Amino acid sequence: MPGKGNTMLKIENVSKTFHPGTINEKKALDHVSLVLEDGDFATIVGSNGAGKSTLFNAIAGSFITDEGYIELDGTDITFMPEHRRSQFIGRLFQDPLMGTAPHMTIEENLSVAYLRASGVRQSFWGRLAQDFSRINRKEKELFREELSLLNMGLEDRMESQVGLLSGGQRQALTLLMATVVTPKLLLLDEHTAALDPGTAGKVLKLTKDIIAERKITCLMVTHNMHQALEMGNRTLMMDSGHIVLDVKGEERSRMTVDSLLQKFAEGAGQKLDNDRILLSR
Amino acid sequence: MSFAIIQTALDNGLIFGLVALSLFISFTILNICDLSTDGCYMLGAAVGVAVTISGHPLLALPAAMLAGICSGYVTALLQTKFGVPSILAGIIVNTGLYTINLMAMGMKTSLNVVGTQTIFDLFKSLNGSAFWTTWSRSVLLLILVGVLCIAVYRFLGTRLGLSIRATGDSIAMVRASSINPGFTITVGLCLSNSLTGLAGCLIGQYNKNAEINMGTGMVTIALASLIIGQTLFGRGRMLTRILGVIAGSVIYRFIIALALRLNVPTQAFKLVSAVIVAVAIAAPAAKQLILNKKKQAEAIRERKAAYAGKGEHHAEN
Repeated sequence: MPGKGNTMLKIENVSKTFHPGTINEKKALDHVSLVLEDGDFATIVGSNGAGKSTLFNAIAGSFITDEGYIELDGTDITFMPEHRRSQFIGRLFQDPLMGTAPHMTIEENLSVAYLRASGVRQSFWGRLAQDFSRINRKEKELFREELSLLNMGLEDRMESQVGLLSGGQRQALTLLMATVVTPKLLLLDEHTAALDPGTAGKVLKLTKDIIAERKITCLMVTHNMHQALEMGNRTLMMDSGHIVLDVKGEERSRMTVDSLLQKFAEGAGQKLDNDRILLSR
Repeated sequence: MSFAIIQTALDNGLIFGLVALSLFISFTILNICDLSTDGCYMLGAAVGVAVTISGHPLLALPAAMLAGICSGYVTALLQTKFGVPSILAGIIVNTGLYTINLMAMGMKTSLNVVGTQTIFDLFKSLNGSAFWTTWSRSVLLLILVGVLCIAVYRFLGTRLGLSIRATGDSIAMVRASSINPGFTITVGLCLSNSLTGLAGCLIGQYNKNAEINMGTGMVTIALASLIIGQTLFGRGRMLTRILGVIAGSVIYRFIIALALRLNVPTQAFKLVSAVIVAVAIAAPAAKQLILNKKKQAEAIRERKAAYAGKGEHHAEN
């Protein structure tokens, strides 16, 4: 049950190196371990190249990690293919155009997303029956209800093509698609960074509401230090493929944007000691 | 134009409409350029004619479709599992099919249906009237193609059909929806190639002949039909688009019939279809180019006029 302190996500010693053995070798994740309790909402900050997106890719299954172990709600997903994981993991990208099919209607997009409702492991005939079934009225009603929660008037435009919507509307729709079947884990990769401030605020509020209402365990990458401290109940900081900071509870509530920035600079400072200062002398 | 020419154009248009419909699925919906069309069409013809000769003209239809499915499966397997670029996968399969097609025809380059009936003969023998004798072939093809169009339309509205459409539209969204894009691409290519195979079988039975090179250039012809259909019937509802593709193919055949009438040599047809495809695909860009040039010329004229108006009297004339 949500909020009862069960482990939802367990990452142990996960590493990923890109272009191993070449001059471009890059250790994107270096023995990262992380445990998220059920209902945890953690924000992640870190400079570009710190490994935030790589961590998300590792969890979502865009690649198989070099070493380590990933467990979601008690299931080992280390070698599970991406499309199988997506039944339990919802994901939003920075690019609002990525999560939706532009030449299909809102209704069709939602019904494809709603496929996650039925288990992957079905009997052959059950699977066949599902593959050849069509959107029914009950589902249409459900989609209409869900769309009306967005407060964007999309429930009256279910037959229009998604390509005609604005970036903010598309991101809100993607959010809905990712949560129409409640995921065990939601990955938000700077999902409001490409939107104008007004729209970003609206999408962020929707995100908060949906996560709170459905008690979804969530990881959110952000470059906004305010958001990093205000949203959720945990703040992580990544640097050079490590999680260098993990605060929650009282320690977190005592933190200010300045102290977070201070930590940020400390993390970067270590790197400066190592190479940049040497080079500049 | 005589009736016979019109009828042949209609019949051929309907049969090749299936190839265009196949490309509609792979090229337009899945956004994959499947270049195995030529070989797959020939495969359908070879298998279809071979089975017909053995005395099973009806069985020839599913046999040719099955052959098409196998060919589509290999093309899909190469690109989904083994990372072969889709265009290359089609070309590889197309090359391999040449030998397979020869094998299907017993290592002969040409097969004729003699002594056994075709489905067109069977259908014709249902009724003896003069009208039926002339038009039964067209009626049979209309029914067959109509049923297939509706079947494809209905299929694209199912969950699997929607998943296939989504695969060509946004692969990230498909992965996020717990659908394996490899699976949807495979199903889509098998479906599209089964239609191509069926078209080959129908043309083989229609002409009572299969000849090893009859598939050459088929992909361009089908693309021309597809583009004619999409240009004339737009990108509206799915059923309109599907029927538009068939209509485009029939129109293409009428253009060819007209060209025949005007004594254009048959050898020129492939060039004509190549030009149609190139022009149709290039048209929007060319239009924009001309528009920009026009704007530029206008702007230059205006600036010149403004400059002349600044008191340079002798520049007036």
